[in-house]
Amino acid sequence: MNDRKIRVLIAKPGLDGHDRGAKIIAQALRDAGMEVIYTGLRQTPEMIAEAALQEDVDVVGLSILSGAHMALVPRIIELIRKNGQEEVKVFVGGIIPEEDIPPLKEAGVYAVYGPGTSTEVVVRDIQEAVLGEKV
Amino acid sequence: MDLVERALAGERLAIARLLTQVENNTSFGQEALQRLYPRTGNAHIVGLTGAPGTGKSSLANQLAKAIRSRQDAPKVAIVAVDPSSPFTGGALLGDRVRMRDLAGDSGVFVRSMASRGALGGVARATSAIVQVLDALGFGMILVETVGTGQSEVEVARLAHTVIVVDAPGLGDDVQAIKAGILEIADILVVNKADLPGVENTLRALNLMLEMFPQTREQNGWKPPLLRASAVNGEGIVEIIDAIFRHGEYLKTHSLWTTRERSRVLTEILERVQEILLEHWKHQVGETRLNQVVERVLQRELSPAEAVKYLLD
Repeated sequence: MNDRKIRVLIAKPGLDGHDRGAKIIAQALRDAGMEVIYTGLRQTPEMIAEAALQEDVDVVGLSILSGAHMALVPRIIELIRKNGQEEVKVFVGGIIPEEDIPPLKEAGVYAVYGPGTSTEVVVRDIQEAVLGEKV
Repeated sequence: MDLVERALAGERLAIARLLTQVENNTSFGQEALQRLYPRTGNAHIVGLTGAPGTGKSSLANQLAKAIRSRQDAPKVAIVAVDPSSPFTGGALLGDRVRMRDLAGDSGVFVRSMASRGALGGVARATSAIVQVLDALGFGMILVETVGTGQSEVEVARLAHTVIVVDAPGLGDDVQAIKAGILEIADILVVNKADLPGVENTLRALNLMLEMFPQTREQNGWKPPLLRASAVNGEGIVEIIDAIFRHGEYLKTHSLWTTRERSRVLTEILERVQEILLEHWKHQVGETRLNQVVERVLQRELSPAEAVKYLLD
């Protein structure tokens, strides 16, 4: 019997201390039947990449409200890819200015979510991205 | 090289992926486990259990850090189990929040596991995951159970050494003398010793230990009662000493193999039970089974009579 579950790492890189959004997303993904690994505040890119590796996740969700996304996100993706996790999808949520979204996607971000995004959208996108089908 | 060979060579991504295969019980995972099994038997498996919020994760973090700082330190793996929702099957695995000190040490591997419906405090695949880590050369494996109540004692069958973690303010002295979780303790730790009330908790547990000497095995090992504070590192060295002392004790009293033997026997029996039950269900057929359930519901048969009837 095969009991595969979608595994997601929810992480907060950088120095801002607001993890309400990250926790809400973590809960919504849990309620959608996923196994969510939550790592808490103030994680370095190295810590996040290492957790993603050890936990063999399908998805990494990054919550950033500090404005440091252009420095942190590409670095995290680089480390994840360097570890050999080519297929891991990276999502970013938080306060991201419109003009930063194209370069983030270029750096390998699968999707960016701003404030007020419905959790249903995030759940559906992740299921699509991992299972490779419209749900 | 395939995944098993790469994992044996120490490649961390291969280890992670192998653990997933084994956790998901895929056919590759089953085959890998068979290949690795001859290499198991070298790790000291330590269970960490106790009520939610007693500080098991923080303690695991401190223990792993302190063990790694010793000379000739073994590689340390932590398997941290958190509960799955019985309704959605989802889980929030939050033990890593307390384990940030371990990042960057390639001699440490932390893996979170959801309980996936198992009720004994660990997941059904936890034993298999531990076997893989053992085979891959992790000399000490800390298994942190879900926050347990009073009867989730499954970890006692998995581990050589069981640490039961308590904290001040969680209940009166009657809680301490109930049967169950305290009886599986090889080491008792009162964590959060920086909080008020710690003396009361220590006193209650001490009394319990004096009243029920050696309930787990008649082997002369007296579970030490230790105080610790995972936030400031108090008592960590003493716990590690107790772990090693207990390991030595098991070996010198040939209890190490006794525990392994009982674990293997249970595992075999459980698997046989699972297979026989499936086989039997298939033989009886769903229709007939449902008919009998219906007759029990109508009070024509008692459940015991129904079993007898079905087995005849």
